[in-house]
Amino acid sequence: MDILTVIYAILLMGVLGLVLGGIIAIFVRVFHVKSDPRIDLALELLPGANCGGCGKAGCADFAKALASGKAVPANCPVSSSEQIAAISLALGIDAGKVECKQAVVFCRSFIGGVQRMNYNGVQDCVAANMVAGGPDACRFGCLGLGTCARKCPFGAIEIIGQVAVVHRELCVGCGKCAEVCPRGVIKMVPADADYHIYCNSPEKGAVKRSICQAGCIGCRKCEKLFGDKFKISGFLAQVNYDKAESVSAADAASINCPAGCLLSENDRLKAAYEKAGKGAKNE
Amino acid sequence: MNKSSRSVMTFSGGIHPVGDGKDLTNKLAVRTAPLLERYFVLLAENSGKPPVPVVKKGDKVSKYQLIAQADGFVSANLHAPTSGVVGGIVEVPGPMGIPSQAVEILADGEDRGDPPFEPIYNWENIDPEILKKRVIEAGLVGMGGASFPTHVKLAPPPGKKIDTLILNGAECEPYLTADHRLMFEKPEKVARGAAIFGRILGVRRPCIGVEINKGDAIEALEKFEDRYGISVVPLQVRYPQGSEKQLISAITKRAVRSGGLPMDAGCVVQNVGTAAALSDAVIKGIPLVERIVTVTGDVVVSPGNWKLKLGTPAIEAVKFAGGVTEEPGKLIFGGPMMGFAQKSFDVPIAKNTSGILLLPTRLAVNYEASGCIRCGRCVQGCPMHLMPCLLSTAIEADRMDLAYQNHVMDCMECGSCAYVCPDHRPLVQNIRRAKAELRKELANKGK
Amino acid sequence: MENIKLPTGKKLVLSSSPHLSTGANLRTIMGGVLLALLPAVAASTWFFGFRALLVIVYTVFCCVAAEALWCWAVGKAVWRTVGDLSAALTGVLLALCLPVSVPLYVPPIGAILAIWLGKQVYGGLGNNPFNPALVARVGLLIALPAAMTLWTPSRGMVVSDYPGRTEFFNGADAVTCATPLGVVGTTPKVMGKDQAAANNFHKVEDREFLKRCFWGDRAGCLGETSVFALLLGYVILVALNLINWRVPLFFIGSVAIFTGIVHYFLPGVTPSPLFHILNGGLFLGAVFMATDMVTSPITGAGCVVFAVGCGVMTSVIRIWGNYPEGVSFAILFMNALVPLIDRWCGHRPFGYVPKRRKEESAE
Repeated sequence: MDILTVIYAILLMGVLGLVLGGIIAIFVRVFHVKSDPRIDLALELLPGANCGGCGKAGCADFAKALASGKAVPANCPVSSSEQIAAISLALGIDAGKVECKQAVVFCRSFIGGVQRMNYNGVQDCVAANMVAGGPDACRFGCLGLGTCARKCPFGAIEIIGQVAVVHRELCVGCGKCAEVCPRGVIKMVPADADYHIYCNSPEKGAVKRSICQAGCIGCRKCEKLFGDKFKISGFLAQVNYDKAESVSAADAASINCPAGCLLSENDRLKAAYEKAGKGAKNE
Repeated sequence: MNKSSRSVMTFSGGIHPVGDGKDLTNKLAVRTAPLLERYFVLLAENSGKPPVPVVKKGDKVSKYQLIAQADGFVSANLHAPTSGVVGGIVEVPGPMGIPSQAVEILADGEDRGDPPFEPIYNWENIDPEILKKRVIEAGLVGMGGASFPTHVKLAPPPGKKIDTLILNGAECEPYLTADHRLMFEKPEKVARGAAIFGRILGVRRPCIGVEINKGDAIEALEKFEDRYGISVVPLQVRYPQGSEKQLISAITKRAVRSGGLPMDAGCVVQNVGTAAALSDAVIKGIPLVERIVTVTGDVVVSPGNWKLKLGTPAIEAVKFAGGVTEEPGKLIFGGPMMGFAQKSFDVPIAKNTSGILLLPTRLAVNYEASGCIRCGRCVQGCPMHLMPCLLSTAIEADRMDLAYQNHVMDCMECGSCAYVCPDHRPLVQNIRRAKAELRKELANKGK
Repeated sequence: MENIKLPTGKKLVLSSSPHLSTGANLRTIMGGVLLALLPAVAASTWFFGFRALLVIVYTVFCCVAAEALWCWAVGKAVWRTVGDLSAALTGVLLALCLPVSVPLYVPPIGAILAIWLGKQVYGGLGNNPFNPALVARVGLLIALPAAMTLWTPSRGMVVSDYPGRTEFFNGADAVTCATPLGVVGTTPKVMGKDQAAANNFHKVEDREFLKRCFWGDRAGCLGETSVFALLLGYVILVALNLINWRVPLFFIGSVAIFTGIVHYFLPGVTPSPLFHILNGGLFLGAVFMATDMVTSPITGAGCVVFAVGCGVMTSVIRIWGNYPEGVSFAILFMNALVPLIDRWCGHRPFGYVPKRRKEESAE
């Protein structure tokens, strides 16, 4: 091969690169957009999941809000306390304080209780709920078609036995699932609360029993024993999350819920896996 | 005008359902149902605020007596369909699948009551306001499907000039023949109702649009054209000819703007059933307490049209029709294209229940789609000129923004697209979901 | 009134409206297209002998096997996917673009190209941007040019002055010849408008020859030769409402117009439009490939744009390109533009005022 060809090629490529590089340099100057360096800094430190849990459109939007002082680092539900501390240190702002929340699915019809009709159509809770109010007999329970699981940016929701279960170690409390659930069966509760009453139907106990074996029967035993730790709305008992001290394991044991609705999140997960015959794998 | 040379009008798009099942019932005269022991008169209608009950458990009511008072403007009065005792305000399965409040009436078997209103024989010369008041008193609602209170449509906001009144006798839904039989058997009632509506709105020559597969009804109505100053407009047989916007487009060639009401195009559309009910309310002074319902389907022993009192449970209507030959796979209130599948046979009929349809399992569509092959049949069939295939694909990918850009909100869920889809894709259901989610999103933004 | 059987409601199914549908499904659509292909299959068997039928059946088998294998491997419902007949249709279409003397190792490779690379990697039927059969054909043409251009004379090709006939017996054991388009491609172009230019293609502009081309008695791929059989297929497809009738019409029309213009000004560069219409894979491509539902635009206006694009591309490749035939490349190229065309040629929904009129009314 002629050595000159090689040299020509090298020269040509080099000149081309220089010219194009020069053009880019000019363009960078001309179209320069001034931006707050703190936004980029915050964006770098944020998790980048774009989950929207902070209420902003994504991490970039949240970073902008941080820089302009419209939000505090603690608004990010995904970042750990160390990460939040790092962000506040880097931006020189107060970390702020926001209560940590987690999603809880208030239904345990995986025990096979609720009657369901034949349903033929889109496998999506929102869509199914619009067809005569959903295929299951209970209007308040989990439909189990997994819209929440698909919306969860962290893969924290699994459908077991046609009921959604939340894996606590993965849930960061962004609230996406509670937002999309057409039944409102997913609620955001304080993350430190461990025991919940897994039913969402305010209907009369007898009505519930006729269609579902898993519902709260409204016997008020929990409220009678620990008055202020529970509240009753309609015929449905709920844990009173406003109280600082949440229900402990000992409390739950002494109540021994007759309907079996008062469970810890882990016990519910275990029960769901047992029912589905999968065995508790995430323990 | 030479009647035979009239052009047959229609709109663009739409489909031709084959084997529309109308021949099951369209030759059979309307029968009056025997009296039942109890009725469950639903308070909540599809649209509007539910009326407030004015009777309580144990009250004696006579037929036509007011049992629930309209609550606000977009709401309609409710009257007792028969004489008897109020059994209470109970919860029954509603036509939308959710339990609804209903007034239970235990019939005393006499079915007696005096017309509560003074008949107005001189309606042609009377103040329209009096007639409008009668519409409100009699609890008239759109009997075609949406059950929208009629008087709302009769009160155009100032500045909106109404120059066209169309009576919807298209009845494009397969299987249903209730309006057809009504127009054929009681043409004078319908024509008079149209004329009264025209009087209220100050429209000179109301039109009645009828699809040409109801030739006998057209003939019957034409006899009253001159007497009541109406005109009968024959329409092509095409679904959804009876949709408001499509009907207006076919008859007046006007297009109602996207998101607009028929009033925006200077039109008001009323159902022929509503017109007949108005005629009764004005001439006889009786409120709306019964309606013609097509009880039909391939599994019904003797399908037919029945005059049913409001609050008749579906199971009783099926009993009138002789029961079933096999266990039905679907119970539908309304027609097969836009009707609602029901969960149980205990659902009572309401003012807008035009049909009770029982489909065998084999006829019910099986939505088990593999994927859109972009054949474009849905695009050809869409009367709103949308692209359902693209919408559905976008929605399945959770791209609601894309669906919104492609005008998903203009869809009226007529079902033409899903009917023609060779892959049986649940297009309408996807679109419904998108509309619900987008409405929620838009409402949030509004806040 | 006794002995009435009342429904219990136990079998009730919940679903969204509409509760009825047409009887059509994917299988009836694909079956309809297969039916429309029957005349072409029959014609190919008539003109190229029994081996043609054998090649078609063999290719269909390969395609169905490839589809079944993929579905089995990725855990899709095998019978449902194979049962919609789309793989069989791809098989027939692919076979119809092969020469009759194709070596038997080619169809399996083509089937894998068509079903795996052309369709399944995109997510299966409905998601493929390109026509699977054409992907395979072009892939084979580029990878195995010798095997794919092994033309043998058809039944009636005995006339000695037949275009391509001169190359008879140039192999040791196979009788091969050139296609008319190949002959045109190797004919040196003559610029200008003089007599020499006008006579440049006299061989292929002969009336008798063009008549033979219409019936299908010429060298070429299995299914492309008989314009008559493909026209019959077009009629069947339109009658069954399986294709947009505009696509073949505008495709072939635009080829005729484009080549006509070039032929009028430069008769020595390309033969008459009639030759272009009757030769090559134009009819096969226009009627069966470009009309593939998955890879063509949805609206009527879009189909016209698409078809005209295909026609112009085909003519350009035929006249100035390296390959004698350009139909497959043209269709594949336009397939890639379909999303864009769909976007431009969407419908205006009911009740919308066009922008210009809106401005007028605002004034």
